[in-house]
Amino acid sequence: MGDRILKWFWISPEDRAKPIRWQVLCLNFFLAVCLIAPICFFSFSQLRYAWNWGGIAPYGGFFLKGWRNTLWISSMALVLSTFIGLVVALARRSGLLILQALSRLYVEVIRGTPLLVQISFGFYVVADAFHFQNRLIVGVLTLSLFSGAFISEIIRSGIESVGFSQLESARAIGLTRSQTYRYVIFPQAIRLILPPLAGMLANLIKDSSLLAVIAIDEFTWSAQNVAGLTYSNFECYLLLAVGYLILTLPITLWTQWLEKRTQYET
Amino acid sequence: MKLRVHQLSKSFGDQEVLHDVNIGLEKVHSLALIGPSGGGKSTLLRIIAGLERPDAGTLHLNDEEVIFREKSLLAHRRSIGTVFQAYNLFPHLTALQNITLPLEKVHGYEAREAREMAESILQRFQLSEHGHKPPLQLSGGQRQRIAIARAIAIKPKILLFDEPTSALDPEMTAEVLDLISELREEGRDFVLVTHQMGFAHRVADQIALLSGGRIVECGPPEQVLDHPQSELTRSFLQKILKY
Repeated sequence: MGDRILKWFWISPEDRAKPIRWQVLCLNFFLAVCLIAPICFFSFSQLRYAWNWGGIAPYGGFFLKGWRNTLWISSMALVLSTFIGLVVALARRSGLLILQALSRLYVEVIRGTPLLVQISFGFYVVADAFHFQNRLIVGVLTLSLFSGAFISEIIRSGIESVGFSQLESARAIGLTRSQTYRYVIFPQAIRLILPPLAGMLANLIKDSSLLAVIAIDEFTWSAQNVAGLTYSNFECYLLLAVGYLILTLPITLWTQWLEKRTQYET
Repeated sequence: MKLRVHQLSKSFGDQEVLHDVNIGLEKVHSLALIGPSGGGKSTLLRIIAGLERPDAGTLHLNDEEVIFREKSLLAHRRSIGTVFQAYNLFPHLTALQNITLPLEKVHGYEAREAREMAESILQRFQLSEHGHKPPLQLSGGQRQRIAIARAIAIKPKILLFDEPTSALDPEMTAEVLDLISELREEGRDFVLVTHQMGFAHRVADQIALLSGGRIVECGPPEQVLDHPQSELTRSFLQKILKY
């Protein structure tokens, strides 16, 4: 009897490999929420704040426009930064030394400096010098370059995790270099790349909020403006939190699904 | 096969692994390379496999010179089958996919055709029931047999075995050696690096003993193993046969 109750809360080491029943998962997830929720409720109950959701209601369309812009910017940057990451990771492993040097320089400079500085310089200095005035595109490019540096390191570490004997086997059966990447390295590396990549992409979406400094009317920018007009700061920020969660959750779920699909025993 | 190695040398850094190696074999089916570890036998095999470039010397296989430039080496590697000590198979593919990958991507067979070829080889090797399994669900012996199946599926000029049983326990070793004997009886050509003297005696037409980067002795097993001429061979055999 005690054993059966225990099974709802505990998996013994020998059961680790087996799938967990969904009822058990749901129960424990619910318990976790119960543990955290009181802290939130207590904090908010202590808050002396006159909630005024009606005040920001008229700005619904304004929020939606910002949210849609964030969605657009993030999607573009998501694709572009993954592409940049891949190219830079491959450049780092290239036989051409200038490519190695370029990718190292890029990664170190981008990783070592604040995104805020990169956005400002990107728009007010670089884009200005080339007489390029489209804020949205400059925003997407800066954001992609920023995330691309991190993603390239994630991809590189995944590629380098594939053992030497695997590369030898690929060579022995006569695969070309690009075939080796496609059929041997990437299918094995992807397993290790996906978890940190998911985190990075979620970060990317949130980082897009910094584009407000070059006055791109994305989600955070709209929230700040509405907050300024209506003095309903907390309402706006709560809305922001929910809006970003709606964008980041699918990314996490999608990569988890991909992870399962690319799983093989080791 | 016809194998002619002429004045082959290879160094890694300042360590010379092969020193002016010469082999001239005509019409032999199988050559076993034996000798102490670090003697250069694996390096010689890897040069024959097109995986390593010599610093000097030439290599002719079946009257064709092997040109040690990447492009022709790729073609060379595609025409032979190499089996390593372990970790030959790709863990993300099933046994069957491991065999069909080179057939499809390197040798241009249609997916269906490649599948049929792979299945018929698996059947011959009595591995049909394991075709759908990933390598990690197979025993070490089964994995090596799948690796051999992959190597012969492409109809190679010759097979190269680099200590194919060194990572296996005795029972699995027997299972792999049995398969290699069968290939020998079919008249397939191969070069084998091994520490199993009894096996070398049984399957090799010629045995070459490498030590210190040089060929110490080369000849039929009855000569090299039973009546060794050089002191080096005698002491090597004494050591290895002691236990």
